[in-house]
Amino acid sequence: MKPGHGEVLLAEGDPRVRQDEERLVREFRRQLDEGMWAAVPTVNAGSGRREAELIREYGEIPPEAERVIFFPRASGG
Amino acid sequence: MLLALLALALIAVALAAPMAAREARRWRKRRSGRRPTADAALDVPMYDPGRERRAEQRARELLRSCVNDEEWGMYRDLGFIRVEGRHVRRAADGRVSRAPYAYLVYPHKPIVAYVPESGQLLSEYCVEFPDLGAGMGGRSRLPASDDVLAKWMALTSDEARVIRRANMHLVGRQLDPARVRRDLWRLAEWERRRSSGAVGRSAQ
Repeated sequence: MKPGHGEVLLAEGDPRVRQDEERLVREFRRQLDEGMWAAVPTVNAGSGRREAELIREYGEIPPEAERVIFFPRASGG
Repeated sequence: MLLALLALALIAVALAAPMAAREARRWRKRRSGRRPTADAALDVPMYDPGRERRAEQRARELLRSCVNDEEWGMYRDLGFIRVEGRHVRRAADGRVSRAPYAYLVYPHKPIVAYVPESGQLLSEYCVEFPDLGAGMGGRSRLPASDDVLAKWMALTSDEARVIRRANMHLVGRQLDPARVRRDLWRLAEWERRRSSGAVGRSAQ
């Protein structure tokens, strides 16, 4: 998510392909370095409720995740 | 004598020519720096009146793809989303019941915590998601639906963190308590109609 623009595609690729994965990791780290938060929309296995999972490292991304959403970190308004 | 003077003049001109050429280049460069070129003029971002509308449209699609049908319908029909608290109640027999509190998530307005059973308003949490990398002191805003989605993701993934970062106030500082109570009534009506099938679930 980018203020003033909405959703912007940063990178896409197949994480099973090494070159793609390197690119995805690079972009993931760049976004976190810029102060963004990363989250993956998931479904809670117990309640079936939709929720988000905060991702702090590339390795935490669930294998079945189709996308990671980056958004500016929250601050007191 | 005249020939000698002419020769000297030619030598002086030949020696001065590179300096004169260098000065001429500098002058041209300074002049072009002051006057914007056609290319530079094209670099100036032009105001696009449709940009925010398109951004909001994309944001709505993204929100819709993340939340469940009920939450999406709530946002589409009422303009806010209810998010249940994460700290669930555990009964003596070990059964887990719903959290005793919930949040109303509005776009670009504080998050409101309340007690669903009684409708009691607890507090408002002022939180924003500024673009720290942008100019204007990071005051650039997310589209409305992205703001709701960011709050939804933050609350459902790490409620404690977002609440810790927010500025907490009693309800009434930014939001009119009467309006929030009216929204709770609207929500109750919406749910009643939805459970009876009166609210079109497939409507966009």
